[in-house]
Amino acid sequence: MADTITVNGTAHPIPDDPRVSLLDFLRQHIGLTGTKKGCDHGQCGACTVIVNGIRINSCLTLAAMHDGDSVTTIEGLGTPDEPSALQRAFLEHDGFQCGYCTPGQICSATAMLEELAADWPSDASESLEGRIAISGEEIRERMSGNLCRCGAYANIVAAIEEVVAGGRS
Amino acid sequence: MRPFQYTRAPSLAEASNLTAGENTLAIAGGTNLLDLMKLQVETPGQLADINRLGFADIEDTDDGGLRLGALATNTETAVHPRVRADYPVLSRAILAGATQQLRNKATNGGNLCQRTRCFYFTNIDQPCNKREPGTGCGAIDGIAKLHAILGTSDQCIATYPGDMAVALSALGANVQISGDRGDRSVPVRDFHCLPGHTPWIENVLEPGEIIVGIVLPAPVGATQIYRKVRERSSYAFALVSVAAVIELTDGKFSRADLAFGGLAHKPWHDPRVGRTLLGQPPSDVLFDKAADILLEDARGFGENDFKIPLTRRTLRAVLAQAAEDAA
Repeated sequence: MADTITVNGTAHPIPDDPRVSLLDFLRQHIGLTGTKKGCDHGQCGACTVIVNGIRINSCLTLAAMHDGDSVTTIEGLGTPDEPSALQRAFLEHDGFQCGYCTPGQICSATAMLEELAADWPSDASESLEGRIAISGEEIRERMSGNLCRCGAYANIVAAIEEVVAGGRS
Repeated sequence: MRPFQYTRAPSLAEASNLTAGENTLAIAGGTNLLDLMKLQVETPGQLADINRLGFADIEDTDDGGLRLGALATNTETAVHPRVRADYPVLSRAILAGATQQLRNKATNGGNLCQRTRCFYFTNIDQPCNKREPGTGCGAIDGIAKLHAILGTSDQCIATYPGDMAVALSALGANVQISGDRGDRSVPVRDFHCLPGHTPWIENVLEPGEIIVGIVLPAPVGATQIYRKVRERSSYAFALVSVAAVIELTDGKFSRADLAFGGLAHKPWHDPRVGRTLLGQPPSDVLFDKAADILLEDARGFGENDFKIPLTRRTLRAVLAQAAEDAA
């Protein structure tokens, strides 16, 4: 059986050329151009996707290494009519200017919500144990792998903070 | 990226066979290797994918220590309950490096093998004895802000860039290595090499040898600190970092295991520094004496001269904090 990657619920064959990054596979081979190529070196986070529930830089991994994996891209997170909570919050808080980093920001933040729910600590966490105390500082540290050249950071943090607060009881 | 053959290694023995051959590299997370392949700093003819070989577990050892699978990710390691509880300096060091996306993909074995971020090494238009032996070192009279002040040679002044291995050095961890000539265990403190006349040799791995795990000794408790000084507060390499495992008994240092990042071609561990502290009560004079010994042979290269006083101040701050926390 041919090697496949499941993207947003649909299985696709992995291309023969092993040089194809997961990012180029998504954009060039299956036409999902929502995921963006910024630096192509893992520095900007524009290519962030969620693989088996975990956020990674799709530019720094080969499609060939992901046989059997399940990938979620920005196209799998909501629709114009039914945006996800984060997508709605980014709109409400104007969490972008040019929009190029936005798919990566939203994929990254979507997976970050799960990391917070699991109480994974970050470099900004006071303690390695127990519940994470949510703060702007925590969100900035956890999102430091996603750059925004327009500098919409204040609004991005506000959008994420609102969703994080809303998801906590 | 240059063309290469991709092979999914079916077994550890086969991975060892493949990587013993010319021009074949093992790939795990790939976050550093693929970056360097795009820059044509690395141009392997074949990649042996070792991701499905299974040594990804984190498990207790018989003597109460912890074994970290080489293929466990940096994130899985940093958030593991036992690492957080018993080896907090390791969690802190990992969390201080890279970004969540990179830590989610990067593995423990790969982290140990990551290459320097020296600008001359990563730019194939520049001279670099590490990348292309005999071409010279651009950094010695060039852009050297991130570069080493200890253990340098006239061939290379690059630093080992990681954080995790600095904490592993302070904790006295061992690297488990498997190869066609058998298995062996090497202290993290002896795993990386100084540049000397062979800056392209960065660690003790022989062709065909693969890291399968890292073993932490039984926990010692103690006050554990990882302090990283960098140019921005997230996603930057260390200018100087200090990993410290410190205990005080009756107001005197009874344990002082220290390792330093950002200073050398390897995580720097100088046993004389800890010995200077043992049996002594904390004081500024004592901290300075420890720094004098650490920095006895330190040498700057212009742009990185600041690292010498910065290391002294960082060590003093860590020791003062440890003494306060441990009291």
